Amino acid sequence: MAEIIQEEKGKGAKKRTKKHPPHIDMTPMVDLMCLLIVFFMLTSAFSKAKIMEIILPEKIKDPNAEPPKIPGSRTVNIMLGPDNKIFWYPGSVKPEDYNALPPVFETNFGPDGIRQLLLERNIALFKKIDDFEQEVITGRLRISQDSVQSSISQLKKDDDTGPIVLIKASKESTYGNFVDILDEMNICGIARYTVVDIAWYEDDMIEAAIGSSSGTTGSTLN
Amino acid sequence: MPKIKLPTKSPRIDMTPMVDLFSVVLIFLMMTTTFRAQEPAPVDTPYSISEKPKPNFDMMTVVLSNDGRVFFNVDDGPDTLIRFRPKILTEMGNHYGIEFTEDELKMFQKYPSSIGVPIENMKAFFAATDASEKAALQTGIPVDSLDNQLANWILYARQINPNVEAYIKGDANTEFPIVKKVLDVLQEKNVNRFNLITNLEATEVKLEEETIQ
Repeated sequence: MAEIIQEEKGKGAKKRTKKHPPHIDMTPMVDLMCLLIVFFMLTSAFSKAKIMEIILPEKIKDPNAEPPKIPGSRTVNIMLGPDNKIFWYPGSVKPEDYNALPPVFETNFGPDGIRQLLLERNIALFKKIDDFEQEVITGRLRISQDSVQSSISQLKKDDDTGPIVLIKASKESTYGNFVDILDEMNICGIARYTVVDIAWYEDDMIEAAIGSSSGTTGSTLN
Repeated sequence: MPKIKLPTKSPRIDMTPMVDLFSVVLIFLMMTTTFRAQEPAPVDTPYSISEKPKPNFDMMTVVLSNDGRVFFNVDDGPDTLIRFRPKILTEMGNHYGIEFTEDELKMFQKYPSSIGVPIENMKAFFAATDASEKAALQTGIPVDSLDNQLANWILYARQINPNVEAYIKGDANTEFPIVKKVLDVLQEKNVNRFNLITNLEATEVKLEEETIQ
């Protein structure tokens, strides 16, 4: 059926139609496509959001349970203060020492600030991790990506010289500060860190530090 | 010598290859695009060095805007047959004695972004037709100890979808006490492992290491 009709048409049209193929004007189509491409390029999210995993220790719900003991010599307390300031002090302070609070040191989020401090204290572990990564990059050590991650976390687990960082965010700090300091932990390869509630005397310590630094016209205690 | 007169024709450009190319680019963009989810409040996430990409499902997200409101979002599951969202809302309704109609459940399922409406106002939120009316109802999910609706959202989201993981997407200028509250709520519900949504930032750790050595 179809063939016959086609044939007839062909015969009839032979005399009238010209030889050259019909030209379709593609300009509107190109215009439309341009528009669509621009639209999709603008709306698509090229940089997909990344995630940073943190694991907090389980809350102790039993009031009689003793909190885990940590050696004071390895402890670094980092307190996030107002205006993107960081205050830190080593060791621990008990509420009984209220009358003789140790001084706190002010630092910042820059590479010479908290990162320098943490790297200095964590140099042994950081070197180990870095050497390991270098071996993987240069191809001396051929292992899969998964075992790279697990080897690094094993290195971190075995570490017993690096600092134990307690992160204490004051009320004036922001979420951005919080993420920055956790990021700093990842950059410096700190094996042991956790987020702790700030104690009331530590708030006072920050206040004292701010008061003294503004009194001596911005001389940093670092 | 007679001059040969060439007919002055406007030159025709063959656009076919151009169209071909455009089609390819267009199809590529259409396939790869993931639309930016519109958040009810502007959220500028902070930067970190983490390179782990965000997954597409099994996530419940607590969104913190810089004015201190808390929003909650949960995905509908890896395929369209599962429909976690309506189930979670039904459970929430049961808990607070509010019965949601089929239409409202469907609207909740289709609602593309996080929700910051107290459960009492949820019905009014679905009934609102105007975008500004809807925005006015987004007062944030209560997280106080008296009326902790966020805790229940988290509880039911985890009951309905046991694989769900917690994500926090906060504005960099959110004050820490609100973050602390949300962290406490999560920990109270035994969620000790969660993820912070950040943007990637290049950091030169190499340089730092050289200065130390």
